[in-house]
Amino acid sequence: MALIELRDVRRVYDLGEVEVHALRTVTLDIQRGEYVALIGPSGSGKSTLMNTLGCLDRPSHGSYRLDGDEIVTMSRDQRAKIRNKQLGFVFQNFNLLNRTSAIENVELPLLYSTGISSRERRMRAKEMLTKVGLGDRLYHHSSQLSGGQQQRVAIARALVNYPAILMADEPTGNLDSKTSREVIALFQELNQERQITVILVTHDPAVAKNARRMIVLRDGSVAVDTSDFQLAMEEMNRETELGDDEEIASQVVTQATAEIQPAAVPNPPGNEA
Amino acid sequence: MSLWDTFKIAVRALLKNKMRAALTVLGVVIGIAAVTTMVSIGQSASAMVQGQFQALGTNVIVVIPGSQRRGGVRQATVPTLTADDSQAITEDCRAVLASSPIVGTAGQVIFGNSNWSPREMQGVGAEYLTVRNWDIEAGGFFSEVDISANAKVCVIGHTLVIKLFQTANPIDQILRIKNIPFRVIGVMAKKGANMVGDDQDDIILMPHTTVRKRLQGSSFGEVNAIMVSAVSPDQMPTATTQIEQLLFERHGIPPGSQPDFRVQNTTEIADTLGVITGTLTLMLSAIAGISLLVGGVGIMNIMLVSVTERTKEIGIRMAIGARGKDIMRQFLVESIVLSCIGGFIGVVLGISASVGVTLLINSVSSGTDWPIIISLPAAGVAMGFAAAVGIFFGYYPARRASQLDPIDALRYE
Repeated sequence: MALIELRDVRRVYDLGEVEVHALRTVTLDIQRGEYVALIGPSGSGKSTLMNTLGCLDRPSHGSYRLDGDEIVTMSRDQRAKIRNKQLGFVFQNFNLLNRTSAIENVELPLLYSTGISSRERRMRAKEMLTKVGLGDRLYHHSSQLSGGQQQRVAIARALVNYPAILMADEPTGNLDSKTSREVIALFQELNQERQITVILVTHDPAVAKNARRMIVLRDGSVAVDTSDFQLAMEEMNRETELGDDEEIASQVVTQATAEIQPAAVPNPPGNEA
Repeated sequence: MSLWDTFKIAVRALLKNKMRAALTVLGVVIGIAAVTTMVSIGQSASAMVQGQFQALGTNVIVVIPGSQRRGGVRQATVPTLTADDSQAITEDCRAVLASSPIVGTAGQVIFGNSNWSPREMQGVGAEYLTVRNWDIEAGGFFSEVDISANAKVCVIGHTLVIKLFQTANPIDQILRIKNIPFRVIGVMAKKGANMVGDDQDDIILMPHTTVRKRLQGSSFGEVNAIMVSAVSPDQMPTATTQIEQLLFERHGIPPGSQPDFRVQNTTEIADTLGVITGTLTLMLSAIAGISLLVGGVGIMNIMLVSVTERTKEIGIRMAIGARGKDIMRQFLVESIVLSCIGGFIGVVLGISASVGVTLLINSVSSGTDWPIIISLPAAGVAMGFAAAVGIFFGYYPARRASQLDPIDALRYE
């Protein structure tokens, strides 16, 4: 049994007159210990796929089994628990709590788990921060840390509950090349030495190169699934032969999908969409 | 996540923006302070009223002549209350301890070069002191003998001693009232001011027969009132019934028709006044309560704004595993902490204000002595209200926060 099993996963956004197919159909397996990069042009559905894998979003159709458990039928609270215990998420813009110290940020997932005393929380957070090389900056606030350091705090936070899978959405997007290399090296170490399954979304080929398997997405489905870097890059850069109408339509869909996510659903209070 | 952890997170979140927290609680502070002040002052007023009635003698019943209607026709010349009625009351009513007729009059009292118009100049019976629960400080009171003899004797209150005699001993001195000489045979103990500020020691008492016959030149036996005291406060209803029955009989009034007298007891008056002060307190508190409501609305507004501003933070927390109810609890606790802090400050302010107002009243209006009451149960109730406001007005924003979608929340700028 694979760690992750996706079967005909689809994600459709219904906007009244228009239906946007962010994921048309995705079927794949990811084994324990793999290092996978999801790549593709913008609008290809890689972020949507990532959100689905990360149990932040629920597919409109299909099955997603994580370590044997069917995610699609789980409640919000159950998915929250999975996010807390089995997954670690790293974001492009770090998403640390501001005006909060590094150690408090790293403690956060532990606060939402049960049965961990405050002393143990402190200990684990310290341990993680030391492991990512920030042992001397435990009490710094995020505003006092560089981008690379902030991302490392985020990684420590993602790991503090010893998850099986580390997921990262454009983790080096806001970092300079040197820091990017350090972060990627960290991922490499985590994958090889601690057998943590790593799934990255990126459109930086240099980052994708480090992965052992590349899944190229296009228009909401898997175009290429290979460990051959060259092949993956060829697919990325390939121009599709669409007619003029289809070309325009596809651009509109791409545009619409990209615009939905930020301004979409009425949830954030007081938001004038 | 334990409640203590939630509490710590909530407090930490509030401390990140102290100014906003302070402005939010302002409404609740004012509301609670207002309510606490009103309740405290109201309680002081009630206590003071009760205290005054204690001093008066809570088992005093007053019988006064009412309008005389017999067969629908006013009978103005029929004598109503008489001194003999008072005598009969003492003798025949078993629940009655003592009874005294009261004849009211007014005029100047002269001693040597000094003169003074006492506030109260009354002709009373021998049992008056018992009825009023009032002690003699010096000398004695007049007796039945004095009354039957229309004796020209008097007993004066403390104020008259000061006004007329200064340091001299008033006993056995002669006062002149309407040119009639009266010998002072006693001085009453000091009583102070009553609840409306009148000086109770500004009084001179004489036998009622003397006042009627010598000062008023009247030969009728009627009196202005009869003051009766019951054996004990709980015997007052019985005493009242007995007096009424007796007088019905003596005045020949058929049962069922209008009596020509009215029986009032001080407990009723005290109760009425108590109800009045209580109602006033309630009304003022309700008005003050409105400001508490406004304070609660203020909390709700700020919490809604806070939720919107922290949308991204909520998204982050959810992404790492916070469930809807964790978020809801956090914001609800924040709101309750805010309102409880506001409640505490409000209670402290309210108590200070009511103490200040009470001291002010006592110093400005001479003679009044409102007691300073700090009621801990009332403070507890106020804090309870504050917490309730926090829960009620914090619920909606907390719920909205808990229902955010993590993906949308994360992308919110």
